[in-house]
Amino acid sequence: MSESKKTAQLAAGPNAPERERSLHGLAQRLLRIATTTSAVIPLGALVAMVIVLLIEALPAIRYNGWGFLTGTQWNLGSFYSPPVRTGGVLHPPDANYGALPLILGTLETSAIAVIVGFPVAVGAAIFIVEKLPRVLSGLVGLVLEILAGIPSVVIGLFGVFTFGPWLARTIYPALSHLPNVPPLDIFRGDHGYGQGLLSAGIILAAMIIPIIAATARDLLRQVPEATREGAEALGMTSSEVFFTVQFRWIRTGVIGALVLGLGRALGETIAVALVSGSTLQLAHNIYGSTTTIAAAIVTLLDSSQSDPTGFSTRTLSEAALVLLVITLAVNVAARLLVRRSARGAALPVGVGF
Amino acid sequence: MASTTRVLAGPVAPPAGSIAWSRRVRSALWWSLCGLGLALLVAVVIWVLEGVVQSAIPGWRWSIFTEPTNGVGGGLSNTVVGTFVLMLGVGILAGLVGIGTGLFLSEMARPSPLTAVLRSASEVLSGIPSIVFGYTGYVALVVGLHWGFSLLAALIVLSLLVVPYVAKSTEIALNQVPLAYREGGEALGMAKTYLLRKIVVRSAVPGMATGIIVALAISVGETAPLLYTAGFSNSYPSGALTHAPVPYLTYATWTFWNEPTQAVRNLAFDSSVLLVVLVLGLVLAARLVVRLTQRYAPERSRAGRGAARARRGA
Repeated sequence: MSESKKTAQLAAGPNAPERERSLHGLAQRLLRIATTTSAVIPLGALVAMVIVLLIEALPAIRYNGWGFLTGTQWNLGSFYSPPVRTGGVLHPPDANYGALPLILGTLETSAIAVIVGFPVAVGAAIFIVEKLPRVLSGLVGLVLEILAGIPSVVIGLFGVFTFGPWLARTIYPALSHLPNVPPLDIFRGDHGYGQGLLSAGIILAAMIIPIIAATARDLLRQVPEATREGAEALGMTSSEVFFTVQFRWIRTGVIGALVLGLGRALGETIAVALVSGSTLQLAHNIYGSTTTIAAAIVTLLDSSQSDPTGFSTRTLSEAALVLLVITLAVNVAARLLVRRSARGAALPVGVGF
Repeated sequence: MASTTRVLAGPVAPPAGSIAWSRRVRSALWWSLCGLGLALLVAVVIWVLEGVVQSAIPGWRWSIFTEPTNGVGGGLSNTVVGTFVLMLGVGILAGLVGIGTGLFLSEMARPSPLTAVLRSASEVLSGIPSIVFGYTGYVALVVGLHWGFSLLAALIVLSLLVVPYVAKSTEIALNQVPLAYREGGEALGMAKTYLLRKIVVRSAVPGMATGIIVALAISVGETAPLLYTAGFSNSYPSGALTHAPVPYLTYATWTFWNEPTQAVRNLAFDSSVLLVVLVLGLVLAARLVVRLTQRYAPERSRAGRGAARARRGA
């Protein structure tokens, strides 16, 4: 600190009036206080959120127990009978909550999103960096940003009115007639009308493609030119160069990008609430309607207000806490992986990240 | 010996014909798969944009800009105003906190475990689902502090959601200011705050502006954090910070498509179009900021990369 103090004195000049010198000191102190306060806010918010959710959810955690993670019933209990107290927790009689359908729905839709979205995103990123003329790569970057920027409610509405029905009309009938052999037989059965697990997963795929593609693209751009040229000089074809040089270079980072996209898919709310069918049940097949934790919170919070004991809202807090824990774990893992191979974090929209 | 001489004397790259046919086919196959990925991606974006516009055309009325929502028809003017009020608030709140955080992480703090924790906290915050923000805001602010559905609750929740983006882009922009600029300022004997204000921050303004625009684009499109913090109303935002719900565009899209009257259902599609246009405008604005300021930016290593790429040819 002594160095900057010296600078401050220098700036004011050795003969400058005392007032001016103290002004510089004051400005610096104010700036330090203001920026330190700002920098503490994200951490404070994070801690506050966890504490609020924990306090709110604690009674629900005690009453619902481990059955919350394994049960499949979502029974709010009888609001019209007098509330009962179990272990000090006030709740409507017969309240019985099991979040397994939500948790499974969350994991399944996100898994489909990654399986569908990851190859497309990485393929596109590779093509953008390796083969696309520079002029076009700027334009495609814009397309990525637009896709990242389209509000999820708009994508959801598109899924309900255009994309879901299209899937049910063209793709699903073909899929449901795939041969009845183990990996493919999951596609057999009644394919519904385009709202459900698979539709939600595909919509989610479109939503996580930008972040995966942008991260993969930025990783590829960091591959040293000389290594590439060395491989080319050995007479390799361009795809062989890719697999010997670029692929090894970006391997870890791309897995990080995948996990980053997974984190986004797990927490996506509105589009899934619109396209998944939003029913509190396990999907009966891959086309079946289901819901996710995030979608359930947004659709159930309204009706949970009618619980006179407030226990229903507390259970939603518990669900939010479960979602928070899952996404936190996934995101921390992703950031560790991306950081191992690249500096900085990729953001979904915008230039210069 | 003879063969070595021949190789040394010959062309550096072998003639194309000498690469085995199967290897070339494999290469072509690989690149067409990658190209297919890109084509799919672009097609999806075009399809979504086209679908949104197509759905809105049949019921489009220009009067949506002058009439507020009323439950059985009307327009969207109050939601447009509400969305702009939210954007303004988020721009100020998230802008201040985000730039402050970025400044602290890049300029004020030395690398230490504490700084690392603060930086990670900001990054982790950006990975938390927006519904968790919204739900916590509802429990803590709307119910806990008795604010009711209100502008302040919505602004705090939305701002926290986007602060990490502003902070990150500010930090990156500040880190990219060339060391020579700082050294020049210090050599002139500038005080640290003066140096920051006149040289460092000034060179990083485009990056900060881009961060704020990205933050605005995100906040325009958010629904989940607003549903239970901002609420909704058919009137214009009153300007009161608490105890007054705020209408916004994404609410119209989220609820109106399922309403019994056709006039209201049309509003859902109209608001989709408005949302897409707003986000598109913001994305383009961010690009414009970068384009306009890059001219004055110091030479980057990009030039070297471009040259290397040109040398590699096709």
